[in-house]
Amino acid sequence: MFARKDQMPEGSRLSLRIAVLGGVAVALFGILSFRLWNLQILSGDKYLAEAKNNRTRSFKVIAPRGDILDRDGNVLVDNRTSLALQLNTLKLPDDPVEERAELKRLGSLVHFSLRRVRRTIREEEEVAAGAPVTIRRDVGYDLIAYIEENQRKFPGVAVQRVFVRHYPDGTLGAHVLGTVGEVSEEELKERPYKHLESGDEVGKAGVEYTYDRYLRGQPGLTKIQVNALGQPTPGGQLVSDPPTPGENLKLTIDPEVQAAGEAALASRGLPGAFISMNVDNGQILGLGSFPTFDPTVFTKPMTQKQVNDLYRDPVLAPLFDRATEGAYPTGSSFKIITALAALENGVITPGTTIVDNGELIVGGQSFHNAGEASYGALTLVPALQVSSDVFFYTLGLDMWDSNDLQEWAHKLGIGRPSGLDLPEEFEGLLPSRQWRDQLFKEGLTERPWSAGDNIQLATGQGDLQTNPLQMALAYAALGNGGRVVTPHVGMEVVDAAGRVLKEFAPKARRKVHIDPGSRAAILEGLHEAAQVAPGTAAGVFGGFKVPIAGKTGTAERPGHADQSWFAALSPYPDPRIVTIATIEEGGFGAESAAPAVLQILEAYYNTQATEVSSAGGTE
Amino acid sequence: MNTYATRTRSPRPEPFAVHVGIAERLGLAHMDWPLTIAAVALVAFSVFTLGQATQHDVPGSPHYYLERQGIYAALGVIGMLLLTRIDYSRFRELRVGIYTFLCASVALVFVFGFAARGSRRSFELPFFSFQPSELGKLLLVLALAGFVIDGARRGSRIQRTVRYLCLGLAPAALVFLQPDLGTSMVFVVATLAVMYFGSVPWTHFAVIGGALVALIALVLVAAPAVGTPVLKGYQEERLTSFLSPHEHERGAGYQQAQSKVALGAGQMTGRGDKATQTRLDFVPERHTDFIFAVIGERYGFMGAAFVLSLYALLFWRALRIVTLSKNSYGTLVAGGIAVSLLFQVFVNVGMNLGIMPITGIPLPLMSYGGSSVLATFLAVGVLQSINVQAHLSQRGRFAW
Repeated sequence: MFARKDQMPEGSRLSLRIAVLGGVAVALFGILSFRLWNLQILSGDKYLAEAKNNRTRSFKVIAPRGDILDRDGNVLVDNRTSLALQLNTLKLPDDPVEERAELKRLGSLVHFSLRRVRRTIREEEEVAAGAPVTIRRDVGYDLIAYIEENQRKFPGVAVQRVFVRHYPDGTLGAHVLGTVGEVSEEELKERPYKHLESGDEVGKAGVEYTYDRYLRGQPGLTKIQVNALGQPTPGGQLVSDPPTPGENLKLTIDPEVQAAGEAALASRGLPGAFISMNVDNGQILGLGSFPTFDPTVFTKPMTQKQVNDLYRDPVLAPLFDRATEGAYPTGSSFKIITALAALENGVITPGTTIVDNGELIVGGQSFHNAGEASYGALTLVPALQVSSDVFFYTLGLDMWDSNDLQEWAHKLGIGRPSGLDLPEEFEGLLPSRQWRDQLFKEGLTERPWSAGDNIQLATGQGDLQTNPLQMALAYAALGNGGRVVTPHVGMEVVDAAGRVLKEFAPKARRKVHIDPGSRAAILEGLHEAAQVAPGTAAGVFGGFKVPIAGKTGTAERPGHADQSWFAALSPYPDPRIVTIATIEEGGFGAESAAPAVLQILEAYYNTQATEVSSAGGTE
Repeated sequence: MNTYATRTRSPRPEPFAVHVGIAERLGLAHMDWPLTIAAVALVAFSVFTLGQATQHDVPGSPHYYLERQGIYAALGVIGMLLLTRIDYSRFRELRVGIYTFLCASVALVFVFGFAARGSRRSFELPFFSFQPSELGKLLLVLALAGFVIDGARRGSRIQRTVRYLCLGLAPAALVFLQPDLGTSMVFVVATLAVMYFGSVPWTHFAVIGGALVALIALVLVAAPAVGTPVLKGYQEERLTSFLSPHEHERGAGYQQAQSKVALGAGQMTGRGDKATQTRLDFVPERHTDFIFAVIGERYGFMGAAFVLSLYALLFWRALRIVTLSKNSYGTLVAGGIAVSLLFQVFVNVGMNLGIMPITGIPLPLMSYGGSSVLATFLAVGVLQSINVQAHLSQRGRFAW
């Protein structure tokens, strides 16, 4: 058994040394354990209090978003500071029952369920553990006062100033400007938002969305040492990384045009839209839709009524931008495209005469002028002036088995995306043989393409669905001699000192060959329609000093009263801007849309039209 | 007449049909399992703690420390298993080579080393930075034990003691100059431990002890007094500040004060994710030197005591292997390893508890760091090898 001792003479001495070492080890572990016990169990309360009294906290310092300016540099959107309700979770009561009671009280103050409060806390804790949690932004002063008075009921609750979007001009340009909101879970996974954290604000609509990366600043970080009351300890600022404010965005919007357009729509009281655009470079001077909304409501907690008004009204749908998302037939304002297609494809010349005896009968179906009018033998210019439907029905019939009309409409931008720098845009629908035959084959419609479809399209009726934006592109291309421009509202990114950091001047998307003779003839027809009796809008624009070329449109929408359209190129004969308005259920083009365009042009040219007594023709 | 008796030997009985299993081949059969379990449990707890406590340390990669420590641990276990199967006695023959390699690698750090915070301690390798002095602790024990056994009959006792001291203190001095005060102290302790089991007389230790006290007095009091300080300012401050932490609230003593607050706040069961002290940067170096404070705050006395008992288990098994060793070389090696582990644990935990100075000694198997984890596992592997060899040479022997 003890063989080892006998074999090794040093054995006993070794045993002694091992025993001594073992004793030392027992003593050392004893010291450590005793000290550990002493620190953690005997003095634990003292140290826990010290630990709670003794913390650094990182505060994210929110960077203000850049301002949005109009083309003259006036502020359309800036920031104001607002109060946010924050909760320091480290200071919540340790007792779960008390904690639950406080969270519940807090939730009822801001109309949150207990579950929602806890979820908010959990989400923010995941991102920045230990930092104060923002329960709700933009709370009222009365609520703050209540919490201050009842501080003891709400340990850990504090108020923080945050930046909130401010709109000095109220609803002006709401659809262009768009809104901001907290970045969503889905957005956080996308590339442009990679470095954001939940709770950060990003653009949600309008230019706030499109130009978010310029407008959004870089948040800063301040690390400070705080005591148990959450008060910074003196000299406790450890690290400070200042926020970088966002850059300012200057828009192409002309404030007077924008205001006039919105006022014109609002005065009619009917849903509608307008757009005013530079024909040479696609800069949008004004773009609006009625009814509009107040972007300020997005900066505060919404009431149920506000939510209902914004989201639940399918008829008025104030968030819906009718200028870019509308889906309307255009009526006679489409006729310039029919005229261009016919001229350029040799169907007619400017001198070709077509007899308008009031109706065109095709396959037993009668297509007739509005108001049972008949204008006799017409060439293109008078046909545009009086807006003879039979003249254009005939062109539609002549082109029905070719694809010429559709090709031209497509080239000019009808029924396709425009490249506009706003997030929402309706692509539109340009009816064609291929489209209808396909539907027919799939059994979704009762008949294939027929001459009647093309006749309808020639006057902007039937299945055509487009919007003021696309019409503006087509008119602009006519006005500038064939360039389909890229419409845009963003003009420049400027820094706080006003230096231009970036300019947005997108190139024309296409060049369409338009014969100068054809263009001149159509513009002449439009000029006479707008300003020479018996032009369809002469009663509106006859007394307007600036020569313009314009076209009325009265679109028949199934289930609705007629929709009023007016498109104007001004000044005639070398137009610089195109202005289009449409009013749902506004009646004849000259009745409501044309006066709206006049109001806009008066603002743009800063001149009033004189009253004209002679009533224009119908259509 | 042939008076010589001829003894006829009956033929040796054939042993049982020996089935050499996989465990036998790997040496696992004679491994010391409690030792293995203690080491693996410690490193597993380290990975677990790092995973929980360092999620927000490296922006964008919450598992940075967790993954790396996990890989180091896996490599360490593999290294330990490899060494288990090797007969450690080979290292005795290689002592000169090992010693040369040790001194060269520690010296080369001065030339090629990667400088961090004013000291050159490690080589920058693609995956991690290798710190030769960590492995050096083991190498020194292996080589020095060889020299002690080899020279046991040469020279007088005093000559021998002086020789061992010189052999041990040379690499310690190199490490001290890096400067790495903590590791050089481990070198000194390892040297003394090997000498202790190498039967250096008690009287010599008494003299060495006296000399050490004199040296400390010289370094901390006399040398600064005459204007030739040996220690860097921060080293001296760290060494002395624990004596009066409140004078150094913001300096070196600050770290220890915060570490103590962290541990104390943990109380019996710990604060879990509410552990503000170690989460909010109050305690520095929380993933390396002060990981014990993290455990104390997060998991309380239960967690910290659990870790301490694992170390106690580790040390007890190491000491047991000292007694089992089949030869004196094994005794010396096991003793050197056991004592240096004990020393490191005591100094590091003591530093966390505020009763030992801050010396930058990592907590073996707990502190984050590839060199330390790997070197400690290799040392445990050598202990296993000693255990395996003892069993193979003398089965069924008494053991306590």
